Parts: sequence; C-alpha cells; structure tokens
Amino acid sequence: MEALYAFCVGLLTACGIFLTLRGRTFPVVVGLTLLSYAVNLFLFASGRLTEDGAAVLGTSEHYADPLPQALVLTAIVIGFAMTAFVVILAMRARGDLGNDHVDGRLPVNTMGGDRT
Amino acid sequence: MDHLLILPLILPLLGGLLMLLPPLSKSRVRQRNFALGLASAMILISILLVVEARPGEIIVYHLGNWAPPFGIALVGDRLSTLLVLLTSVLAFCSLLYTFGPSEEEGSFFQPLMQFQLLGINGAFLTGDIFNLFVFFEVLLIASYGLLMFGGGKRRTRAGLHYVILNLAGSAVFLFALGILYGTLGTLNIADMARQVQLVDPADLPLVKAGGLMLLIVFGLKAAILPLQFWLPAAYSAAAPAVAALFAIMTKVGIYAILRVFTVVFGDSAGDLSGLAGPWLWWLSLLTLTIGGIGVLAAKDMRRLVAHLIIISVGTLLAGIGLEREAATSAALYYLIHTTLVSAGLFLLADLIGRQRGKAGDRLIAARPMHQGKWLSILYLIGALAVIGMPPLSGFVGKALLMKSALAVSEMQWFWPVLLISSLVALIKLSRAGSNLFWHITGEKPVVTPVDRAQLTAVILLLSTPVLMSLFGGPLTELTDATAQQLHDVPGQIGGVLRTSLAEGSN
Repeated sequence: MEALYAFCVGLLTACGIFLTLRGRTFPVVVGLTLLSYAVNLFLFASGRLTEDGAAVLGTSEHYADPLPQALVLTAIVIGFAMTAFVVILAMRARGDLGNDHVDGRLPVNTMGGDRT
Repeated sequence: MDHLLILPLILPLLGGLLMLLPPLSKSRVRQRNFALGLASAMILISILLVVEARPGEIIVYHLGNWAPPFGIALVGDRLSTLLVLLTSVLAFCSLLYTFGPSEEEGSFFQPLMQFQLLGINGAFLTGDIFNLFVFFEVLLIASYGLLMFGGGKRRTRAGLHYVILNLAGSAVFLFALGILYGTLGTLNIADMARQVQLVDPADLPLVKAGGLMLLIVFGLKAAILPLQFWLPAAYSAAAPAVAALFAIMTKVGIYAILRVFTVVFGDSAGDLSGLAGPWLWWLSLLTLTIGGIGVLAAKDMRRLVAHLIIISVGTLLAGIGLEREAATSAALYYLIHTTLVSAGLFLLADLIGRQRGKAGDRLIAARPMHQGKWLSILYLIGALAVIGMPPLSGFVGKALLMKSALAVSEMQWFWPVLLISSLVALIKLSRAGSNLFWHITGEKPVVTPVDRAQLTAVILLLSTPVLMSLFGGPLTELTDATAQQLHDVPGQIGGVLRTSLAEGSN
C-alpha cells in the first residue's frame, strides 16, 4: 500500500510541477491544484498509513495519528480558497491584459510559425 | 494582563470585521479614523509587551488552555514582541498616509490592511510551525488583495506572478511540514528543538531535506537571490501605503529563518546544527550583488527603492548566516532601520511623483516641484540613511554587522561586497536625486501642495534613522539581549514548554 500511495503522490507532484511551468494561466492553475492535492495526500501520510485505525480514543484497538488529519483539513480549506482566488485572478488578467499568458504578453516567436 | 499577548491578533481581526459592518462601512472617513485609533492602540499594546518581555521571561499564551506541545501556543519573547512593535509603528505611518489624496479608495482597503496586520502579528507571535503556515496564508491572501488595489495592467501582471509563486511556495511549505512532522513527531517550534537532538540517525537526511525545504519557502518570502525576481515588480506596482506596509513582509520571511534555523537547527541540534548557515551566507552575498545591479538599472524611484530592499535583505541574511549572537544583534538593529527607512522612501517616492506632473517618479528631466525644497531635504535624509553614511542609523547597522564578521575568511567576502553595494547605492541615489530635483525643464506645474497627514507620515518614518542613532546605546542593548535570548536554545525550550516539562517530571 505504501509503494502505491507514494507513487500516486509522486505522480501528482510531477504533473503539478510540469503544468505549473507552462506559459498559460489555465494549465498553471490546474498545476497548482494538482500540487495541492499531492501535498494534502503527503501530509496525510506523514502520520503513517494505518488500516482500521480510529482517530478517537476508546473506540478501537488500533489508533491512527489524528493530527495529520487535522492538518490536512486546514490545508484543504486554505488551498480551496487560494484556488478560487487564483482562478478569478487569471480571468481578470485575461480581461486586463488581453491574453492568457502569465507574462501578460505572448512571447515573440523568432523561429516563425505559430507556437501556441 | 494575562491576555495581553492575544490582543495583537484579536484587535485587527475584530477591527477588520467591524469595518465591514454598517456604521463604519458606510463612510471611508469613519473607517480611516477607526483604523488609526486601532493602530494607536496597537502601538500601546506592543510597547507594553516589549516592556513585559524585557526581563527575559518568555510569555506563553495557551490557546484554548491546552499546554504545548499538544496545544498551540503563542510565544512572546524579546524578538517577537520587538517585531510586533515595529509592525505597529509601520502600520500607524502607512495608515496615516491614507488620510491624504491617494488611490486607496474603496471600502475594502482598510479591512484588508487590518487582516494583513493580523497575519503579520500572528506570524511573529506563534510558537507552532503549522500555525506559522496558517498565518502566512492569512497575510498572503490579504496582501494579494492589497497589491492589486486600484487595478491597472501593471498591478494585475505583478499580482499574478506574486500569487502563483506564493501558492507554489505554500505547497513546498506543506511538504516540508509533512516531512518534519513525520520524523520529529511534533510541530511546536520549541519541542522540535528538543526532538531534533534525539532524532534517529536513519532519519537525518529526511530532517535535513525538510529543513532546507523550509529555507526555500522562507527565502521566497524574504526575497533571497534565486527567488527575488517577483519583488521589484510587485513592490513598485503596489499603491504607496501598501508598498510601505510590505516593507515588513520580507522581514517576516527573515524572522522565520532566524527563528527556525536558530532555535530548531541551532547550536544544540547535533549533526543538524548550522544547517542553513553556508547556504544563507553565499546566497546573501549574491543577493547583495544582484541588488546592486538592479539599483543601477532602475529607471524610476519606486523600483530603485524596491532594489534597495533586496540589498537590505542580502545584508540581513549575511548577518544571520554567520549564526552567532553578535551578528544576530547587529542584523536586528539593521532590520528595524531598513524596514522604516525603505517604507519612508516608498511614501516619499509617491509624494515626489505627485509633484512632477506627468513625469511621475521616473528619473528624467521634468518640471520643477512645487515644494521641492522640503521634499529634497527628506530625500537627503532617507538616502543617507539607506546608503549607510554616518551619522545616521544605516551606518551604525552596517558597521555593527561588519564588526561581527572579523574572521579573515568572512571579512574577505563580506566587507568588499557590502561596501561596494553601498557605493553603488551612493552613486545611484545621488544621480537619482540630481535628476529628480535639479534636472528641470519648463514651468512649475499647478498641483495641490503636499497633504499634511501624508507629509507627517513620511517625516515620522524618516526621523527614525536620526532617533535610532541618537538612542543607539539603549537600542543595541535591547537587540543584544534579544539575540542572547534567541541563541539560548535550552532557555527557549524550557520557557515555552515549562508547564508540560513540570508535569512530565511529576
């Protein structure tokens, strides 16, 4: 289970980083979202993965560390608000700057041809 | 006064919320007056806090009455109370500036300023590293709003870069926290300092990676070399009062570096001690260099001041990178000086820009200023202070820093870089000054004279270098005591965890 979990977090992070490095705002926003998913899963795993573990004392034989769950909850809420903000900001930038490139202007293509 | 320590968080939070409700939200004048009243109260409270923390006792406030390391605690030691006082003074002056004719119109400006202060004070006072993340996000989301206040293409573009960079930074922050929690099993800074001594050798590389990832995040906030490119665009695009308040934002990153890498990865951390020192030292020297180049290339005064902030970040982090008490004390003195002076220069740049008609604060020949004489005197004081010319506080700060790097291997790098960057600042600021005040064409433009409140704000900020060198003795005593307390890691651990340690021994 650990290997699969780690692979998923790694894959999400890799996709997130790749998309964040793109030139247009939409892939960047999606990339940031993937990155925050990866972070949330990672934080969750920092309390070790336990099966059938209860987070509340006195209800089970096994216990899971409840703190990472609280941390993830906080991180999800903050990440959600930030994503909403950056989506609106990207739309505003599209309106203000006239294009959706993160630099506010399309790069000049010296090689000729359309590179979008 | 058991609850004094929570007031710097409660006041801006409730104040900001109240401003969004009818009696205050109806009129901007009422909002402004209320905000100024809050800022004055905050100065009083933070002076009380500094006095209370002065004897060396660490004030700990248990939120929800859960003792650390299980509950979240607010920690007021000499360092954090001093920085809260600095924030309050800066906030008072920035708010005073909004009393004049400015672009900061709209009923959300003042509440956003209060939420920004909530985030900054929270970041200074918290004793829990996850809570530090939360307060970082609070101050960031308020700063996103403030940065783009007034609209315009430049602000949108600068804002987009700033927001995306900081969101990526937050992700790195959380990864680092996950690693550190997974290996150390705690998020309370004092408890982390204790656990780091007992860490399993197999986990050492992980803890190291987590610690250095934290350095990346704090470096992004502080604008250290490879992560500083957002700063000039963002700061020069922001409205003047916002840019002045943002002068403390890089210092939040520097504070976080100082706190985490002195207490957690400090002298008592065994194999992990001095984790950040070499990185900080070399990167800060490069930051100084790139700041100097940026200063030479600046085409308008606000961008010039923004690059001067990068120079000051380099200077400060070099002091912190030395990782010893005398250097930390000198860096703290310089930190107070540079925050207030660069805020004053941002505001002054706006005043100058208003008086020059279309030319604004660009460094080109333009029509003479209406009140050029007074503004040029203020410019002279600000420039002398920021360059580090005697007798003002910039000189004292830089001299103290240089005195703390006396070993040959440190001196041969730090002294030339710092002195050359000061020389570069001297050249550029004298050129800029002669451009702004003497390079004149045409008639005096018809403009309204400088607003009294705005002028007072600038005078207050730019009088600090004079006051700081007049009262240099008491002030350096205070920073010495602060640095001594910060470097006393067992004292920090004992001070914060005293209740739980006492219970544990029973």
